[in-house]
Amino acid sequence: MAGVEIRNLKKYFGDLHAVDGVDLSIREGEFLVLLGSSGSGKTTLLRMIAGLEHPTSGEIYIGGVRVDGDVPPRARGIAMVFQSYALYPHRTVFKNIAFPLEASRVPRQQIEAKVRWAAEMFSISRYLDRYPRQLSGGERQRVALCRALVRDPKVFLLDEPLANLDAKLRNTARDDLKRFQRQIGTTTVYVTHDQIEAMGLGDRIVVMEHGKVRQVGTPQDVYEDPVDTFVATFVGQPPMNLLDLGDPSLPPRTLLGFRPEHFLPRSTFAAGEDVRAFRFSVRRVEYLGSDRYVYGAVAESATPDATVIAKLPGTIAQAIPEGETQEFAVPRAALRYFDADTGLRRRS
Amino acid sequence: MTRRAVADREDVLGVLMLAPSLAYVILLVGVPFFLAILLSFSNATAGSLRFEWAGFGNYGAILGDPIFQRALRNSVVVTVGSQALVVVLATAAAQVFRATFRGKRFARFILLLPWAVPVSLAAIAWTWIFDSTFSVINWTLKAAGLLHGWLYWLGDPALALVAIIIVQAWRILPFATVIVLAGLASIPQEIVEAAIVDGAGFWRRLFQVELPLLLPVVTVAVLFGVVYTATDLGVVYILTGGGPANTTHVLPTLAFQRGILGADLGQGAAIAVFLLPFLIVVAVAMLRLARRAEVGAR
Repeated sequence: MAGVEIRNLKKYFGDLHAVDGVDLSIREGEFLVLLGSSGSGKTTLLRMIAGLEHPTSGEIYIGGVRVDGDVPPRARGIAMVFQSYALYPHRTVFKNIAFPLEASRVPRQQIEAKVRWAAEMFSISRYLDRYPRQLSGGERQRVALCRALVRDPKVFLLDEPLANLDAKLRNTARDDLKRFQRQIGTTTVYVTHDQIEAMGLGDRIVVMEHGKVRQVGTPQDVYEDPVDTFVATFVGQPPMNLLDLGDPSLPPRTLLGFRPEHFLPRSTFAAGEDVRAFRFSVRRVEYLGSDRYVYGAVAESATPDATVIAKLPGTIAQAIPEGETQEFAVPRAALRYFDADTGLRRRS
Repeated sequence: MTRRAVADREDVLGVLMLAPSLAYVILLVGVPFFLAILLSFSNATAGSLRFEWAGFGNYGAILGDPIFQRALRNSVVVTVGSQALVVVLATAAAQVFRATFRGKRFARFILLLPWAVPVSLAAIAWTWIFDSTFSVINWTLKAAGLLHGWLYWLGDPALALVAIIIVQAWRILPFATVIVLAGLASIPQEIVEAAIVDGAGFWRRLFQVELPLLLPVVTVAVLFGVVYTATDLGVVYILTGGGPANTTHVLPTLAFQRGILGADLGQGAAIAVFLLPFLIVVAVAMLRLARRAEVGAR
């Protein structure tokens, strides 16, 4: 087992700066999630750790050993799971899982034992004689994990391994994955564009945009203390509301941010609670079962047309008629301030 | 009153549009084919309109004929030999052309050239390459100090077969390479990368991942190659003319010699028709193999 150290890593494809100076320290045994939209450089970063892509500059250390030069993927002690699973279609499940062991010339009996152990771990022992195309998406994904596991890697690299599963399966697969990672305790780097996956799986999350790291932190850090408006609006569904109030009590050009779930009718707060009240003109109410999303605008805002969203839990029964203006409020502790020009967080 | 034009009537239009190609196939492929089968059971000769039923007489005669036996064997040797050579060379060439290097376009143009050259012209050029006096192969080997005697390429039956195999392989190689390249391109990049991460080196990747996945495509290339080679008349006819002493005939040249030059239409037809079951067996076997090799099938 080992950590991964990344120093000022860059990868340029011509004019495109796919990864543009990333410094990252991945701790031993940690489950680290690289979160970003497509084109943010997260997959390129993963592929450079794997050795499938050569960095333009910068350094990568796995377990203290520098690997960014000429160390080929097989010598880096990594295992990778691809989005498409990349199973060998002409080989049975058994032979798929055995492939990395054969490649490193492990004796036959050991291969047999190892494959059966891994298959047992992911409960796919029944499918060992089948071909990948005879398996469902979830089963294929587990075969791919098995194939990665048998190599005893120092680091697992997972590239959106749940993206091809249907929504229902994704929840259980996420749970399985997390449990499995805790059990074996191997350092894991996981790439995803899905913030729910990132929040649910990661010990820490790295939010990336345009090849740069915007924030590194625990799911709580990233969600509750976003460093800038990008992270604030990228993480969280629906995103954080950002208002320019032109409030004289605040420094000029300050954006006020608050999460939709903190934006509730004034009556739900106790009279003495320290809240900031807003006049919220309700445009539309979306009933989603467990929640209601209320779309509208805040009159005090410098941009009164900007949509503000409130997320009301099902436990609030109060009627919210569309087209009327209501008194809403946010607890002061839940307010976040950003610089309107740089987007950076203001600690005031 | 509006009347339906021909273009509105799909049934008529379909027949009309199919007619030229149907006529072509029937008149120029179907009729000669059935004529050949018919002739092979007759003792018809060129230059006379006599047509008498000969039953299996022609087949009996050719099966007992050592020249025919030799031609049949040569056909098999040339076809198998050239295709084996083609599979190896095309796979290697495809690996080279997958990489990016300076002058790749030019190299690809050179590679494809044999495909564009008419067989007869190319075969004439090859007769020079294999010439008993001027053979560049011999002179090159000699200059390199690798050859001490002299190779009579087209004068020695075994060497002549080797020469024929080389030319046939040369002729099919561009086509096979293009097919293998297309096959390589169809292998998902992630599978190749998975093999790299799994620790497979070049050879393991080639033999355990890429070639198995290429098998269906290579099978198609080989199937085409077999048909082209087994039915080819030009290369052998121009290179050796079946000589020396009828030792390098293949079925098409022997059929031509017996049926047209020798005027024994019946026997010529029987030799030509003999190719048919041979090719059908090959085609069926190949297609079976391709189906079995199809990704994960049982």
